[in-house]
Parts: sequence; structure tokens; C-alpha cells
Amino acid sequence: MLEHAWIIPALPIAAAALVGLLGRRINRFAGWITSAAIAGSLLLALRLMWDVLAHPGVKEITLPWLQTAGGLMIQMGMLIDPLSSVMLVIVTFVSLMVQVYSLGYMAEDEGIGRYFAFLSLFTFSMLGLVLSNNLIFLYMFWELVGLSSYLLIGFWYKKPEAANAAKKAFVVTRFGDMGFLIGILVVGYFLNTFNILALGDAVKAGKLAGGLATAVALLLFCGAMGKSGQFPLHIWLPDAMEGPTPVSALIHAATMVAAGVFMVARLFPLFAASETAMLTVSYIGGFTAIFAATIACVQDDIKRILAYSTLSQLGYMVMALGCGGYTAGMFHLTTHAAFKALLFLAAGSVIHAVHTNDIWKMGGLCRSMGITTAVMLIASLALAGVFPFAGFFSKDEVLVSTFLAGRMDLLFVGLLTALLTSFYIFRMFFVVFAGKPATDKHAHEASWVMTIPMLLLSILAAGLGAATAPFGHFLQASFGAPAMETEYHGRLIPALATLMAVLGFAWAYLVYLQKAVSASLLMRRFLPIYTLLKNKYYIDEMYQWAVQRIMFVVSRALAWFDRNIVDGAVNGVAWLCRLTGDGLSRLQQGRLQTYLIMFVAGVVIIIMVVLASNPTVLAWMK
Amino acid sequence: MTLTLTHYLLASTVLFGVGIYGAFSRRNAIGLLLAIELIMLAVALNFTAASNFLGTAGGQVFAVFVITVAAAEAAVGLALIIAIYRNQKDVDLDKLTLLKW
Amino acid sequence: MSIPYLSIISATPLVAAIIIMLLPRERVTWPRWVALAGAAFSLILSITVVAAYKLAAGGYQFLETHSLLPSLGIQYALGADGMALAMVLLTGIIIFAGVLASWDVKERPQEFFALLLILVSGVFYVFAARDLFLFFLGYELAVLPMYLLIGIWGTGKREYAAMKLTLYLMLGSALMLVGILAMYFAGGAQSFHLDHLRHVQYSRGFQITFFPILFLGFGTLAGFWPFHTWSPDGHASAPTAVSMLHAGVLMKLGAFGIIRIGVEMLPIGAQVWVPYLALFTLVNIVYGSLVAMAQTDLKYVIAYSSVSHMGIVLLGICTLNPIALNGAVMQMFSHGIMTGLFFALVGMVYGRTHTRVIPDMGGLASRMPFLSMAFVVGGLVSLGLPGFSGFVAELLVFLGAFRVYPLLSAVAVTGILFTAIYVLRVVQKMFFGPDKPAFDHVGDANWVEKSCLAILMLVLLGVGIYPSWLVNLINSSIGPLTQMLEVVR
Repeated sequence: MLEHAWIIPALPIAAAALVGLLGRRINRFAGWITSAAIAGSLLLALRLMWDVLAHPGVKEITLPWLQTAGGLMIQMGMLIDPLSSVMLVIVTFVSLMVQVYSLGYMAEDEGIGRYFAFLSLFTFSMLGLVLSNNLIFLYMFWELVGLSSYLLIGFWYKKPEAANAAKKAFVVTRFGDMGFLIGILVVGYFLNTFNILALGDAVKAGKLAGGLATAVALLLFCGAMGKSGQFPLHIWLPDAMEGPTPVSALIHAATMVAAGVFMVARLFPLFAASETAMLTVSYIGGFTAIFAATIACVQDDIKRILAYSTLSQLGYMVMALGCGGYTAGMFHLTTHAAFKALLFLAAGSVIHAVHTNDIWKMGGLCRSMGITTAVMLIASLALAGVFPFAGFFSKDEVLVSTFLAGRMDLLFVGLLTALLTSFYIFRMFFVVFAGKPATDKHAHEASWVMTIPMLLLSILAAGLGAATAPFGHFLQASFGAPAMETEYHGRLIPALATLMAVLGFAWAYLVYLQKAVSASLLMRRFLPIYTLLKNKYYIDEMYQWAVQRIMFVVSRALAWFDRNIVDGAVNGVAWLCRLTGDGLSRLQQGRLQTYLIMFVAGVVIIIMVVLASNPTVLAWMK
Repeated sequence: MTLTLTHYLLASTVLFGVGIYGAFSRRNAIGLLLAIELIMLAVALNFTAASNFLGTAGGQVFAVFVITVAAAEAAVGLALIIAIYRNQKDVDLDKLTLLKW
Repeated sequence: MSIPYLSIISATPLVAAIIIMLLPRERVTWPRWVALAGAAFSLILSITVVAAYKLAAGGYQFLETHSLLPSLGIQYALGADGMALAMVLLTGIIIFAGVLASWDVKERPQEFFALLLILVSGVFYVFAARDLFLFFLGYELAVLPMYLLIGIWGTGKREYAAMKLTLYLMLGSALMLVGILAMYFAGGAQSFHLDHLRHVQYSRGFQITFFPILFLGFGTLAGFWPFHTWSPDGHASAPTAVSMLHAGVLMKLGAFGIIRIGVEMLPIGAQVWVPYLALFTLVNIVYGSLVAMAQTDLKYVIAYSSVSHMGIVLLGICTLNPIALNGAVMQMFSHGIMTGLFFALVGMVYGRTHTRVIPDMGGLASRMPFLSMAFVVGGLVSLGLPGFSGFVAELLVFLGAFRVYPLLSAVAVTGILFTAIYVLRVVQKMFFGPDKPAFDHVGDANWVEKSCLAILMLVLLGVGIYPSWLVNLINSSIGPLTQMLEVVR
């Protein structure tokens, strides 16, 4: 099976090409074709994981791709180990769920063929990224992931917000990718290889150390920051909500944002080589976690709440990885994929029913949308980290990893974030599903193609926690996984985490369900903080300012410079030539006899010069 | 007193000088043409004198050429002058500055 | 006696041009068919020679030598190595697509196609020439029809643009001629043949004096900053096919000349000068993309983006590193196709909307899905998206350049970010957003246009996914070149 792993990404791209080329003629079947292809990929991925489970270890398959003089050789290849096999399953599973769900959600859209083609392209790019065995191909698929998200976020291109969001997503992640690319260049220069396994060996051999290791790790991390929405490159992710909701589910759960975390895990030895880099990574993750959680507490748009929640959870993962919690980070990625996809699909089902994103215009939906309410509750509990749902176990591992790394400050941040997480998600839950309906419109439960994926995902969101220990052991066999972390059997951290979740739940319950504390009173009391959070710390405005006031001004100044100074010089030379010509042409005043006189004078002068320089003549004259 | 080469050369120089002077100073286009004929003749005289002096026929051949060219030139020149006159009703060179810049 | 492929390729457009001029004037559709046939023939033969080139043997193949002016040592000598073949193939593709793109030229089609083909013939001669005199002759043959093509069939300030472009390129060719003649005389004034000149041991002083002259001469054509301003004006005024050929092929002539004549003949001079010239190419890359960002006329955007992309080519050359040189030639190929695609698209969009001002457009994606798809593809190539040829080229250049000028290439990488910004802005403003009523009646591409664009897109994709075939071809001439550079170092 290992040799045939390439079929896993090949199926979606073939389906995408087929649907894309046949165009609108097969609009009706497009979704079924691509879903079938991805179902095939899922089966193969499961089979692959089975094989890897049977023989854990690292396997590499390479083919030559590009070779030039000067010793450059780039191979294309696959790196199959527990990490990639797990990612393959996550990606194909979530993609399949999203595809099936989309069959219902997007049924009435006229561009449905295009939609499914892009969706499959997205899955293909992510699968390719997961399988890559070298930095160049990692980067290539990395960019393709960015492209697919661009195409999908801007799927409804007639909406200016969607077109803007798509561009923003691409440009902001590209900004991070620039660092990634420079990191790759540095690696290529100093280590002269792009192969991930070879890089691991080089690190072991101590070829990457000190400041160089830090620089490489941080440059590569720039890419992860862009894709995984780490502060300060997080601004694209909330705006990416402009795309269709299933796309958000895909972006937030299995593709795009998972890419950054996966990359850090994949290149873990490179990061682990530098203490400073690890520290920076963990602090950026911790900061993003709490920063995004605070924003999520005051948003009104259901998808934005979830988007900031994603940012915050990604912060958790990155924090765990920075603390050396390799399995913790990856496990949280896995459970998060399940419950966040579920949250988005459920949110999509709500939006589909009530045609608005504003949570204050919903309300009381639990009566009309039983299944959606139930799965949303499961997902919320999982996100909040309530025992025995999946999020509890993975969040616990993340917190433990900070504890084991001895970063008490990060542990504190993590716990605080857990409190906020629980608060904002139940705030949303209560406002949307409990209380009185905000409109008279009667909402309906979604069709079966939409509910079945949600139900399947909710089983995972509820039950994945049972896989904690085997998952950890399985991942140990991955390339670059650090030696087994010290076991932590204490009860304090789980207890604290649960306490935080309960506190957050209680807070949301009191404010939004019981209305024991008035939400508006709270808002007024903390108005400055509220305004700051509501405006997302004005980060977007800062970027806006930087782009408008610095980049565009520089750009316009240079354009002016080019037109007026550089080109002005050119035109100036032309003008000077013309001026000279004009001046000299005054000699041509049209009088025949003047010309004649000049001519004769010229001849005489020439003759005299010739004679005067002739030695015989000179001698004779003397 | 015999006529030596020097005399011929002097005569042709004088002829040339008269021609040049005429060419410089005549206002009338026909006068200019005549002056140019004089210059040509000076050249032709030089050629024949040199031919005689050297005892070869080459110079005389050239003189015939010069006379032919002078005739052709006079024909073309006169034709031009007539054309200009028809066009401008004038052959005063100071007024013919159509080719000015 | 083997078939003189290169002669046939180069002369076919010329013959087609003559046939076109002999056609009866009232048959207005005949010229384009003859032009298409000629272009197709050249293209097919270009593909044939690329396929027939023996990679293992390397070096110059398909050699032809006939004496033209023995007293001056001028020969009609043709021959091509991997790099030249890549360029010949590029020219073949672009002229074929260019004829398709100008299918609907209404004004004097006979003269238009004839001049276009004469120009291409010159370009082919330059790429295939083994004799500097022939090289120069081909160059002039390529530049002069440009004046008429822009002056007669252009738009906007066409006389100004035509004059500016021609004078500028003449200035470049004057510098070039100085360099060529200097090399000829320093080589004993016996032969213009490159093989002869290559074995002349030019003194260090000579090389240091004449390399920059050649570089500037060719660099002007390649859009070297600050001698690039002919390009925006020229491209903006030129008709579609001329823009395609100009940005797609003629700018490559400059870069080709720098490698073939500058670097190959005067290696010591090159090694002395390139660190300084590299700084200018950085300006090209970053400045070009920043200026492109501020433009509102679509053609100006693309012209400045060409300046930026050619900066990458020149940066690659200025490293004298095998990887980056491979990348530079790759970028020449890739940018040629990409910019051909862009200018073809601009012409097609302009033909429908009658405006090139970007803010005036909007919502075109639903009106012209194929054209917008093609434009997005072009944009993606231009911002270096993997899977397309531009990425491979830029990656190679940066990989190589980083070994020579780490800091400088790190800064140059920002150029690709700016490119992403302006490309996506343009795409968004032109194609996305709500429909505009002004464009209610515009349609999508017809079959001729679609095939023109499809060819270009397929090439971009093909090279991007499987670059080996092209890189191996290019590498077969870059390898020996860099070995030679190592020796003289």
C-alpha cells in the first residue's frame, strides 16, 4: 500500500480536473463525483494507516524531479510515517464530511461544479502537503493550499467582501510564506539539502546550531504563522468567513490552518534545535490563544465567534508544540478538526435555516432544529473541554505539556483561555438555541445529506478522547517525534481545566440564559474594554494604515518618480537633442550664396590645413 | 616671350577668382550660373595647360568632360531658373529662401 | 546532408511575409491564414529541433555555415544549443499565439502580418546565429518593424511611443555594436564567428571596459533599470500581438545577448561587474512591482510587472551561479509565455470593454468566465504559484542567488509579495465584485481566442509540473558555461 499512497491525493485532483473541464454540463453530478473520489481517498488513507499501525516507522519514496548544474537536486517524494498517515485520515475524513454536507448546502448555487472542483483541489493540496518529503514540495503544496483557499473564500466573487477577504487571505499568508521561502533558501544554502529526513540527520549531526538554528526555525515558523493564523498574521482568518460555510469548516478543521501546525510538527527537529525558537513559538501560540479568545467573547456573527475560537485553539496547538508537546499539539489538532468542523457545519445548518449570521437574530432554535442543537451542544462541550468529550483530553495534554516544560506562565494563560473558551461558546449556544425565537420565520432542520456528516463528526467529537493514549504511542514512531514525554498522572491540571470550563459555562449561563446579570450592564461597565475587543484590538486598522499610508504611498511616490524623474530624464535628453537640432538648423537660412561662401571657406581651410601639415610644404615655406 | 605653364595657371586663377567673386556677389540667379561656368572654364583651362605641359592626352579628355558637364549643368540650371521664375516671378537669390530651416 | 532546420525555421516567416504581400488586396482574410500557416510551420519545426537535440552530446547542434563576406570574415553561421533552442521554442509558441490573438486585425491586415512575420524572422536569426554580424542583423530586423507596427496599428500616444521605443532600442543596439566591433577588432578582425571570438584571449582591461557596454546595450532591451521606461509606453501603445512579441520575446533577446555574448565572451569582465549590476536588478524587481501597484492602466501594470520579472532574469544572470543561470533562462521562457498570455488577454478584454482603466471595470468574471479564468492563471504564474512555470524559475533564481548574495536575494523575495498584492488587486477590481451594467452585453472568448490562450496556459502548466525537460535542455548549455567561468575565475 505504501507505494501506492500517491493515489490518495491523485483521486481528488483527478476528480477536480474532470469536473473543472466538463464544466457546467455536469453540474448536477459534480458533487457526487468528487465525493466519491474523496471517499476512495479516505478508504485508502485508512488502509494506509492500518499498514503503518502494523509496521510503525518512517518510510520514504522518492522520484527525481529537477536537477541542474551546481549540485542542485530536487526530488519529489512521499514521507509516510504515523504523523502523515494520521493527517491523511483527518484530511480525507473532514473533506468527505464537508463534501457530502455541501451536496445539500450548496445544492441551489449555480456555480456548484466550480465549487466542488475547488473543494477537491483544496483537499488534494493538503494531502500533497502532508505527504511531502522535502521542503520544496512542502512549500509548493503549501502555496496551492493558499490558492485553493483564495478560490474558495472568494467563491461568491460578486460579493465585494468575499473578493476582499479572499485577497486578504492570500496576501497575508503569502507574507508569512515569504519568511518560509527565505527559511528554505537558508536551509538550502547551509545544509545543501531539502529532504526532511536528511535535515533531521543534519540537525542530529549538529550542523544546525546556535543563531543559525534559531533563524531557520523562526523563518520557517513565519509560514506557519500565516497559515495557522498566529498573531500578528491572524487577520485573514476571521474575514475568510465570507466564503461558503462548509468551506470555513474545511479551512478551520482539516486544511489551511492545520497546515501550519502540521509543518511545525513535521519539521520538529529543526525547531527543537533552538531553545530560543521554541520559546518564541510557544509564546506566540500562548498569546494568540488568549488574544483571540477575548475577541471571541464579544462577536455577534456566529461564524466570527467560531473563527476567533479557531485562532485561539490554534494558539493552543502551537503553544504545545513550542513546549515540546509534539503529541499534545497533534492530538489537539485531531480532536479540534472533529469538533470545529462540526461546529461550522452546525452553524452552517443554522445559517441555512434562518439566513442570517447574527446570533441576536436567532434564538430558540432548539425547538425546531433538534439534531443541529444536539450536535452543536456536543461540539461546544468538546471545545470547552468538558469530560468526557474529546476536547477535554487534548486540552488537558496541551496544558500538561506546558506544565512539563516548566512554563507556569503559559499554563496560566492556557487555563484562562479555557475559561474564556467555555464562556464564549456557551454564550453563542445559549443565544442561538435557547430563549425565544427572534423572528417569526420558522426554521427547519436541514436535509439528511447535511445531518449525516454532522452526526458522524459528533461521534468523533464525543468519543475521540478514548484514543488519547494509543494516539500518543502511535505518533511516537513518527519522524522527528521527541522521546516520550514524562508521564503526568496528577489530577490537578485536569481538575483546574474542568473548573475553568464550568466557570465559563456558569458565567455564560448566568448572563445569557438566566439573565441574572444584564449583558448590557456589563457592557457599559467595561465599555473601553468592550470597544477594544469589539474592534479586535484595532489590528486590522493598523494593517490598513500601514498598507494605505506606507506601502501605497511609497508605491505612488515611486510611480511618480518613474514617470517624472527616470522617464523625465529620458524625455529631457530627447528635448535636449531637439533643442540642439533647432539651434543648428538656424544656420540653414536658405541663402544659396551664404552656403557657397561657407563651402568655399571650408574648402580653403581644409586645403590650408592639409598643406600646413605636409612636411615638404612646411620645408618649402621656411 | 613664350607662354609657359605659369601663365596659363595665372590666367586660370584669375578666371577662377572672377568666377568665385561672381558666384558670391551676383544677386541674379542667371549671373550665378554664368559665374559657375567661369569656374568650370578655369578648371578646364588648367586641365589643358597641364596636358600640354606633361605631354599627355589625359587632361584634354578631362577638359572635354568638363565642358560637357558644364553644358549639362547650364541646361539643368537654366531649366530650374525658368521653373523658379514661373513659380516665384523672380530670380533674385536673396529672396529665394524657401529652403530655410 | 542534413536538413537545415534552423534556416528553415528562421526564413519561414520571411517567406510567409513575402507571400502575404503578393496576395490580392481584396482578399482580406487570406493574410492571416498564410501567417498562421507560416507560424505553425515554424512552431512545429521548433518543437522538432527541441526533440531532435541530442542532450547527451550537448553543445551546438544543427550547425550551418556559409560564407557571406569573406573579406570581412562575415559568415552565415547558424547553430543552437539548449538555451538557444529554448528561446527558439518560446518564439515559435509566441508568434503562433500572436497570430491567433491578432486574428481580427481590420486595418491593413496584409502589411500588419507581413511586418509581424519579418520581426519574428529577425528574432529567430538572433537566437540561432553563430556569427555576431548575423546576430546584429537579426536584431535590427526585429527592432525596425516595431516602429511601423506601433506607429500605424497602435493606440494612444502611438507616435510618441513608437519613436521612444525605437530610439531607445537603437541606443541599445549602438552600444551593442560598439561592443561587438571592439570584440571583432580585438580578435584580429578576421571573423565575426562566435567560435573564433571565443578563443580570443581578451585582456582583463578590455573585458572590464567592454562588458558594461554590452550589458547596458542588451540590458536596455531587457528592461534593465533605469533604462526601462520605453517598455511601459511602448507596450501600452502597441497592438496586442506586438506587445506579446515584444515583452514575450524581444526583451528576452536582451537577456539572451547578455549571457551569450556578455558573459560567455567576456567572463572576467562579467565577474568584475556583476556584484554592482546585481544591485540594480534588485531595484528592477522591487521597484518594478511597487510601481506596478500604483498603475491604473492595465497595460502599464503588466509592463511594469515585466520590468520586475525581467529583474529576476537579470538577477539570475548577475549571480553567474549555475542554478540561478538555469533559473534565469527558465524565467525568460516562463515570463515570455506568461506575458504573452497577459497581453493577449488585455487585448481581448479591451476589445470587449473598450477600456483599459482598471477601476472602470468590475464584475467581468460572470460575463467572460474563460477570459477571467485565463487572467487568474496568468496572475498566478506571475506571482510565482507552484504548479506553474514561474515558480520553478523564480525558485531556481532565488536558490542560486542566495548562495552568492544572501541578503540581496532575501530582499528580492519581497518582490514576489508585492507582485501578489498588485496582481490580486487587479484581478479583484476587474473580474470580481457586482456586475456593472455597462458590460451587460460583452461576451466570452471565441474559439480562436480560446485556443490562443489555451496553448499558452498549457505550456505554463506543463513546464510547471514537469520542468525537467526544459531545465535539462537549458542546463546542457549553462553547465559548460559555468564550468568555463570557474576556470577563468
